[in-house]
Amino acid sequence: MSMDTDRLIQSLAADAGNRAMPVAPVLAASLLVAIPVSAAMLLSTIGLRPDIMTAMHNPFFDLKFVVTLALAMSAVAVSLHLSRPEASAQGWILLLLIPVAVLALAIGAEMMVPQRQPMMRRLVGNNAMLCVSTIPLLSLPLLAAALLALRRGAPARPALAGALAGLVSAGLAATLYAAHCNDDSPLFVAAWYTLSAALVAAIGALAGAKLLRY
Amino acid sequence: MRGRDDEWTDLMRSANAGDTVAYHRLLKAVAPVLRAAARRGLARAGQPVDQSEDIVQDILLAVHLKRQTWDPTAPFAPWLFAIARNKLIDALRRRGRRVFVNIDDFAETIPSEPVAETLPPGEVAKHLEALPPRQRDVLQSIAVESASIKATADKLSMSEGAVRVALHRGLSALAARLRST
Repeated sequence: MSMDTDRLIQSLAADAGNRAMPVAPVLAASLLVAIPVSAAMLLSTIGLRPDIMTAMHNPFFDLKFVVTLALAMSAVAVSLHLSRPEASAQGWILLLLIPVAVLALAIGAEMMVPQRQPMMRRLVGNNAMLCVSTIPLLSLPLLAAALLALRRGAPARPALAGALAGLVSAGLAATLYAAHCNDDSPLFVAAWYTLSAALVAAIGALAGAKLLRY
Repeated sequence: MRGRDDEWTDLMRSANAGDTVAYHRLLKAVAPVLRAAARRGLARAGQPVDQSEDIVQDILLAVHLKRQTWDPTAPFAPWLFAIARNKLIDALRRRGRRVFVNIDDFAETIPSEPVAETLPPGEVAKHLEALPPRQRDVLQSIAVESASIKATADKLSMSEGAVRVALHRGLSALAARLRST
């Protein structure tokens, strides 16, 4: 039994009506399913910080959400770009500098205003360990959803695409965790949120190298 | 090559709009180019060129299953050659070679028809045997015996819709099996 190429082409043409959905709407849909799952994980365990209503008047509390959402959105854009076979990472990867720039500006702003606590105290924070364990845990449903959606793509570099899926999920998970976290200093965010995101990106890269090959 | 690339892009746009004949023509048109590139890649890696047909079929399956990643506002050829390059590198790695494939290898290639010394493609057929029975029977009927969807449905006492589903799942399973070897 043999299947020559002409016959394979015939069967591909017979299957022409069956075209998978593009990656972008699938990624959006799967993240919209996973976000409530991660949110429920947060709310059913450590919950929101009790003084969240007053914290919202602190611009440095609000800036955490700007940084984490900027990370999630730029990572979504880069991962969609990288899901195309002919895409190169050059240029697009610079989008990831947006959250870095926001964070740098926030650190600069914090330096300008007088602080009650010394710099080291703000950097170390109250609960760094909770931060680096909770963000990766909340990331897991989001990472699974992102990888599942990106499997529809055809990335030339599956590990890199997986790392970006990790940054998408870490950005969203960090947005959720920020509503619990009572460390509002941008220095804390730069140290511990970044470490958490790097951890999730590494998990994403390992998973992506296996799951996103086509 | 400008004319050829534009023609491919037009055919793929028509295919996306539901024109099966255009899709068939496109695949027929790109196959000889992919074949020549695969032979060149094998030769450069010091591998026997008679295995090129397996690589061509692997590329065509990936093109088919990943065509939603093509941006209709972009030219088709760079997208095609990126997939072909990825699959060729994969195939050479599986044969134990670490090689660099130049994307220009494809653009400059002269199309090649199947030649007498080419081995019959064995990989796809081998994996076909291992598919779930229904997918295997449908693919056997359509891809090996060249039956239509309607004739296959009558022969296997299935609805045409079920044949279409089994065909698509069978093709996806074939691609997954080729990837994991």
